[in-house]
Amino acid sequence: MPGNIWVLAEHWRGKVSEITFEALALGRDVADQLGSKVEAVLLGHGVKDLASQLGAAARVISTDHEALAEVVPEVYAEALAQLARRERPAAVLTPLSNVTLGVGTLLAAKLGASAINFCKNVRVVDGKIEAHAVLYGGKIETKVAAAAEPVVLGIGPGARLADAGRSAEPPAVVDEVTVDLPEAQPIRFKEFIEPEAGEVDVTQQDVLVAVGRGIGSRDNIALAEELAAALGGVVCGSRPVIDQGWLPPSRQIGKSGMQVKPRLYLALGISGAPEHVEGMRGAELIVAVNTDPAAPIFNVAHYGTTADVLEFLPLLTEQAKALRG
Amino acid sequence: MNLLVLLKMVPDVVEELEIASDGAGLDMDVARMALSESDDHALEQALLLKERMGGTLAVLAVDAAEVDDALFTALAKGADRALKVDAGEVAQLGTRALADLLSQVIADGHNLLPVDLILTGTQAIDDLDGLMAPLVAHQLGLPYIAIVIQVTPDPARRVASVVKEYPGGVRGRFEIDLPAVVGIQSAERPPRYVPVAKVRAAMKTQRIETVQAPTLADGGTVLAEVKSMSKPEETGRAEMIEGTPEAASARLCGILAERGLV
Ligand SMILES: Cc1cc2nc3c(=O)[nH]c(=O)nc-3n(C[C@H](O)[C@H](O)[C@H](O)COP(=O)(O)OP(=O)(O)OC[C@H]3O[C@@H](n4cnc5c(N)ncnc54)[C@H](O)[C@@H]3O)c2cc1C
Repeated sequence: MPGNIWVLAEHWRGKVSEITFEALALGRDVADQLGSKVEAVLLGHGVKDLASQLGAAARVISTDHEALAEVVPEVYAEALAQLARRERPAAVLTPLSNVTLGVGTLLAAKLGASAINFCKNVRVVDGKIEAHAVLYGGKIETKVAAAAEPVVLGIGPGARLADAGRSAEPPAVVDEVTVDLPEAQPIRFKEFIEPEAGEVDVTQQDVLVAVGRGIGSRDNIALAEELAAALGGVVCGSRPVIDQGWLPPSRQIGKSGMQVKPRLYLALGISGAPEHVEGMRGAELIVAVNTDPAAPIFNVAHYGTTADVLEFLPLLTEQAKALRG
Repeated sequence: MNLLVLLKMVPDVVEELEIASDGAGLDMDVARMALSESDDHALEQALLLKERMGGTLAVLAVDAAEVDDALFTALAKGADRALKVDAGEVAQLGTRALADLLSQVIADGHNLLPVDLILTGTQAIDDLDGLMAPLVAHQLGLPYIAIVIQVTPDPARRVASVVKEYPGGVRGRFEIDLPAVVGIQSAERPPRYVPVAKVRAAMKTQRIETVQAPTLADGGTVLAEVKSMSKPEETGRAEMIEGTPEAASARLCGILAERGLV
């Protein structure tokens, strides 16, 4: 019998994460090909009820422990390792999110298992699990075979549609199991720090003019502001722009920043790294301006041009203004 | 504070990446190597901590193209020591093998111990088989946390207060026992710039300590096999607007107008 496919059911602040449903849908596809079952592993403290949302899994393995209240990678990996040693799954899918990052690597290290990160798809080839991973900020794709079982797969967002991993029915089986974790932990969660409300809410805009490192300098942000004014939108940015202090943190789009779905997303001098793309791929119309024709942003954009953004921006602003009259 | 920063070289994605003729790796003759971006932030954070609290700062990397540049730059910025692990002919090591080598070097001494904080980047663009920080933490039996944007050590209490990023701009504060391995996402401020002249001066007056690669118990396990590499498929790619910037912007303006966006 081939082993089952496990999905670490990520939840955060009382909510099951979207990526959990995506991973469940992916896990079910892999299990079908392998002739086994997809099972969800729900770790936490006081969150047993969330199991009812995981009906896409044939079974939920639920573990409640005080030490699992917040994700500390070492503790989560230890719990998973204990469970995996008992049940021997063929693969463990762990979300590569800001909540769960690090758990998969530690789990693989503890089990002496293969780890494959940045997976955007997983298939079974000749009875063996093969991952399709995205490397180098989205510039290269690779097919990787696991050399040892179980294989720990780090799943990026968007591998499947979340809706495909949702179920109106609760899971058929929920098993509550225990793990043995030390009382005293070397890492202790203290508090959440809420983001400062920005002067604008980027999630509520129809038009976003997004600038990346390619904008070159703080001074050039003004060019983007002018275009945004002409289009009735606001300026936001990728991580390096925020790290440089050129825009406030409330304007960051992506994994650590905001998730946006505007009618228009203009990506100017943004390479299109997966961590940025996950924040904006839901936009209705994506237009990218990037001098590098191989920039991954062109794989998600609807329209693109390889113009120099500093040359292009004033032109577009002029023309947009002229059209507005 | 004794600080240790682990540095890793990665292909610079600003340059063209080419697939090697065997189809299962990058053509390393074409690729230009650069310091992994979040490792640069880890170095900056360590420099800030050293300036604030005193102590020593060492940087450690496995040999790779351009690594000397990165190590001398670190020295020019204020690191006290730079160590390079000579791994011989091993061309492209996975992160897991690199982490094994670095952990073993740290454990072997080389005057790197005792250490209070080991800092490295949260994630590199080629961390296919695992992330450096948790792997080193696992090998050395130290606590680990990542996606960190603030580290405030309290040496008297042997702890550090760290702030990590969650989604949506939310952050979380943790307390971690020292020594610890911390994966830095962004330093408190952008990595400092150091003039080339200062790096050249460091090359003349300072030296990189070369350490022979230790033999690993399991021979540096290879647990995942890259079968093929390719550039992303052209399907679903953007429709490219060609022509002069004037023509392209006029065309785009037309597209936006059609959709009522202008
Ligand atoms: C845990 C984690 C969380 C992260 N969270 C986020 C997040 O929330 N948001 C985010 O954005 N990133 C995030 N990142 C970082 C992400 O991986 C990338 O590093 C980042 O998105 C790159 O930003 P960029 O595209 O602006 O810069 P780069 O990747 O450096 O791209 C700059 C682009 O500009 C182009 N360019 C240069 N000059 C010009 C010019 N004159 N005209 C036109 N184009 C030009 C270049 O060709 C290049 O493609 C995260 C990473 C990690 C590991």
